[in-house]
Amino acid sequence: MRILVTVKFTPDLQSHRSFTDGSVTRTADDGSMNELDENAVEAALQLVEAAGEGEVYALTVGGPDAVAAVRKALQLGANHAIHVSDEEIAGADVFGTAKVLAAAIRKVHEEQPLDLVITGMAALDGLTSMLPTALAADLGWSQLTLASELTVADGEATIVRHMPDAHETVAAPLPAVVSVTDEANSPRYPNFKLIMAARKAPVTQWSLADIGVDGVTVGAIAARTEVRDASPRPEKADRQVVTDTGDGGVTLANFLIEKGLA
Amino acid sequence: MSGNTVAVLVEHRDGVVAQPTLENLTLARSLGEPVAVWLGEPPSDEASATLGAYGAGAVRVVELGAAGRLPKVRAAAVGAATPDAPVVLMTSTFLNKEVATLLALETGAGVVVDASGAELADGRVETEQTVFAATWNIRTRVVSERAIVALRPNTTQATEVDGAGAATVETVVFEAPEVPERLVAVSAVEREEGVPLAEARVVVSGGRGTNGDYALVRDLADVLGGAVGATRDATDEGWISHEHMVGQTGTTVTPALYVACGISGAVHHRGGMQASGTIVAVNIDPDAPIFEIADLGIVGDLNDVLPQAIATLQEHKGA
Ligand SMILES: Cc1cc2nc3c(=O)[nH]c(=O)nc-3n(C[C@H](O)[C@H](O)[C@H](O)COP(=O)(O)OP(=O)(O)OC[C@H]3O[C@@H](n4cnc5c(N)ncnc54)[C@H](O)[C@@H]3O)c2cc1C
Ligand SMILES: Nc1ncnc2c1ncn2[C@@H]1O[C@H](COP(=O)(O)O)[C@@H](O)[C@H]1O
Repeated sequence: MRILVTVKFTPDLQSHRSFTDGSVTRTADDGSMNELDENAVEAALQLVEAAGEGEVYALTVGGPDAVAAVRKALQLGANHAIHVSDEEIAGADVFGTAKVLAAAIRKVHEEQPLDLVITGMAALDGLTSMLPTALAADLGWSQLTLASELTVADGEATIVRHMPDAHETVAAPLPAVVSVTDEANSPRYPNFKLIMAARKAPVTQWSLADIGVDGVTVGAIAARTEVRDASPRPEKADRQVVTDTGDGGVTLANFLIEKGLA
Repeated sequence: MSGNTVAVLVEHRDGVVAQPTLENLTLARSLGEPVAVWLGEPPSDEASATLGAYGAGAVRVVELGAAGRLPKVRAAAVGAATPDAPVVLMTSTFLNKEVATLLALETGAGVVVDASGAELADGRVETEQTVFAATWNIRTRVVSERAIVALRPNTTQATEVDGAGAATVETVVFEAPEVPERLVAVSAVEREEGVPLAEARVVVSGGRGTNGDYALVRDLADVLGGAVGATRDATDEGWISHEHMVGQTGTTVTPALYVACGISGAVHHRGGMQASGTIVAVNIDPDAPIFEIADLGIVGDLNDVLPQAIATLQEHKGA
């Protein structure tokens, strides 16, 4: 079983995130691997462990700091790490990012075929959940998204997908792109041995030229959307916190009535 | 671009048009000429009348069976119904984000999801969004000629058009594409009465502080005419089903009123509700982070505060 996991470098959720020139500001000290990609790494490790053989690749596309994302995947147990970085990728939209990831995935796949690509359900910085779909389409592989359960057998992957109105079971032939939700599993903690090994493990660095992608087809020039303006939302005025001294419920009710909400 | 066709993908349940679609039709009127796209069994006369009342000149029907649940088939159907539409609007749901992505790959459109508004500026669509757990507002310009925008519910006030007639029903010829994915089973989730969480004007949520008893939360939701939400801790405990989870990995809600009961306000939870109009929190811990974003915070035990609030609200309603 050969599985590639896509992992994204995202700003720490607890830190103060911001925009600079229309892009999310990213710095190494307050960012790491997108939390939801831990579920993707875990899903891959479990499948390889269950199969008793196989390898897990971690792939990220991003600036120099993004290497932290694949290092984290190595700490969790991934066997190989690839970091695609190139100044021409700056400003890419989801379609450009998908194109870069797909080209890198094809390069790995051509060396020795992959069975699956597993992604997280969303990157917690933008939360678009669009990339897995765009990636599957670019590769021309089966698309199995938002998996709460994932099983692989007889050349097919089967997922359970929780939609608001129904739980669906969907199957498709390999190779497939699968995105997993945070319900799919409980990510493991890295152990000390892996943390030490990950520090020294090699990370394959590729530029756009290495994967045969022309920068003008993926970067800011190719993007179909551009952020025009970004501003912090103003703090709410007149916030009040009152301690219940016996009439807290009445205070709550009257507040809603005065606001016309009840 | 005005005067152009603006297609609105209709969300319907049991044949009834969902409120966010009426909001999107209202918004579509400011962008061009709205047409509705209806997937599934053809609409009833009542449904076409509703769509017409909110501005749709026509409703284009693509008859789709269960295969319409597959994103690729659904996207192909929307594509078949909208070849002439430079702008396509839909409700921001997980499924529609996939549909938008696939459709954009076909048409070259630029996509914005989770938008809270859209307008035309210099012949292009520009959108408003709140990001980073609703701490930032951003404005995005779709630079491509075509735009697909997925909008959050409750972000536009739906209004009818005076004297509008029913939308004319047109059938779209469509042959579903062969796709590698296949639906093996579909088990319906039992739907609770009332408005679905994502669309509700009022959401009352309970967290670990409820200790598993949702009776008070439900009663408060009832008297306010709202839907019931929960935190992941509560759904993980099995106190309430997963469909109720609000947050970054659950349902994102933007109601006019959000009431958080016994919820600490973890960043994952806030990401799914912070853009709500008015936020009220009841929590026994004065240092709970939820108070940082509440318009009104009551430091107290929900078992004391909620019954009193419910009684007062019932009295007000009866008066
Ligand atoms: C990758 C990831 C994704 C996640 N996604 C989500 C998500 O989408 N949505 C989500 O909700 N969570 C999500 N979580 C979990 C989240 O981090 C928090 O753990 C969760 O939101 C906490 O739930 P809670 O507020 O119910 O519980 P707690 O944090 O335990 O808070 C309970 C609160 O109740 C108060 N309380 C206790 N008793 C009473 C009483 N009698 N009266 C009044 N107040 C009382 C306490 O003071 C406390 O503040 C995610 C976590 C991860 C790692
Ligand atoms: N730049 C990137 N590098 C690697 N993986 C990515 C990148 N962007 C998105 N992904 C993957 O796609 C998933 C969904 O992201 P998104 O569609 O941006 O919400 C993430 O959980 C990642 O697994």
